[in-house]
Amino acid sequence: MDRRTFVRGLGAGALLGSGLLAKGAAAQAVKLPFASGERVLVKYPQKRALIQMTARPPQLETPFSVFNEGVITPNDAFFVRYHLAGLPESIDPDTFKIGIAGKVDRPMSVSLADLKAMDAVEIIAVNQCSGNSRGFFEPRVAGGQLANGAMGNARWKGVPLKVLLDRAGVQAGARQVRFDGLDVAVDPDTPDFVKSLDIDHARDGEVMVAYQMNGADIPFLNGFPVRLVVPGYYGTYWVKHLSEIMVLDSVFEGFWMKPAYRIPDNACACVEPGKAPAATVPIGRFDVRSFVTSLADGGAVKAGENVTVRGIAFDGGYGITDVALSIDGGKSWLDTRLGTDHGRYSFREWRRVVRFAPGEHKVMVRAVNRIGQSQPRAPLWNPAGYMRNVVETVRVRAA
Amino acid sequence: MKKLTVACTALMLAVATGASAAPFKYDLPAETAKLRPATGPGFDAAQNNCLSCHSPDYLAMQPPKLGRAFWTAEVAKMVNVFKAKIAPDDAKLIAEYLDANY
Repeated sequence: MDRRTFVRGLGAGALLGSGLLAKGAAAQAVKLPFASGERVLVKYPQKRALIQMTARPPQLETPFSVFNEGVITPNDAFFVRYHLAGLPESIDPDTFKIGIAGKVDRPMSVSLADLKAMDAVEIIAVNQCSGNSRGFFEPRVAGGQLANGAMGNARWKGVPLKVLLDRAGVQAGARQVRFDGLDVAVDPDTPDFVKSLDIDHARDGEVMVAYQMNGADIPFLNGFPVRLVVPGYYGTYWVKHLSEIMVLDSVFEGFWMKPAYRIPDNACACVEPGKAPAATVPIGRFDVRSFVTSLADGGAVKAGENVTVRGIAFDGGYGITDVALSIDGGKSWLDTRLGTDHGRYSFREWRRVVRFAPGEHKVMVRAVNRIGQSQPRAPLWNPAGYMRNVVETVRVRAA
Repeated sequence: MKKLTVACTALMLAVATGASAAPFKYDLPAETAKLRPATGPGFDAAQNNCLSCHSPDYLAMQPPKLGRAFWTAEVAKMVNVFKAKIAPDDAKLIAEYLDANY
């Protein structure tokens, strides 16, 4: 890794975090720390300047400095991921409806007003792209070349999917529920972005049809006016601009369920680099991840003084129970203090006061969840570049 | 931007008063990325076929020097999976252009 180029990128991110670039007219260049990592920061409506991975369809990554601002990711900084360039040109919240059909007794359509009239629930949950951190895979793999910013944590408000399915009356023999949104492909022959969940998952009471994010309307690029929220599961299931809920008596195998978004069917979801998996399954829950947010790679810290190191950790919904910090490259590990528990699907803040001796230090962080899952010291590999969760290392110089 | 601000304001007013909201329009910023310039038919074939469905930054962000086999497979995926209407001769030219320039 070329650390100097990384530092330049982080520098721009830090400036952005402080708001100094907010009024800049020209696009600011950033360099993500991998080959072909040149990006520009672009300001979209309802968003602050974000790292533009692609323009059409829009794919925007959150500058990593944002994750040090707080445990909730602001709406204007939340990452954006589309698959197909046919975004809805206009959405009328007065006429917008979600159709519920298929293996149900009472097919129905639900308006935004109908949804808002129902008993609301709220949950704080992380959304993370399956391919978050793909750019760090070695050997490199094709796909969206993201650093660590395709994740975010928000308070979602809406109606449990179970309530809607119960109203419609799911029939015996239902196996899956399929979800479609208003975004479409440019070419009508391209497979539409459609996803499915098993019926028991769809009816678990936690999967939500959300119409609010952090107390405001969901930003357009995050799925206005309603999106599916699937706590603990990768963002691929969080269908945006949700417009159709179809109960099926079969397992849906459209392109975006098979062969796309599949992981090796084994305990580590990994294979030897370069090898193809023998069998695959649809990607599911997040693995355990943790990050240092208060120190930038290549940054400087004061030697011999108390320094509070902090960051975030999360998992697929069992809940983070321990976060350990090393400032000697993993030779020894220190306990950290966990911050407020916002629920088992949320980012969990951690912090620890340490003193650095003068010189270079490798700061590492490793989290454990309630069922004992943790993070590997060496990165795991799979051909699609999903689920990276290696123990992260940040190098700092103390003086 | 201005249009959006107006739309947002209208929406907020509507929510506040319970009145009817205007349809919400979203205007994406103008694209800036371009295909890497090259002379020859491959550049033209890429220009004519690739950019109707996605912006050229999809190409530039991929790891460098992945080679002819990689780009041939990517173009084949666009045709076979995403159903892009690319003539076989053009597909070959595009893969050559991508291999030489990305």
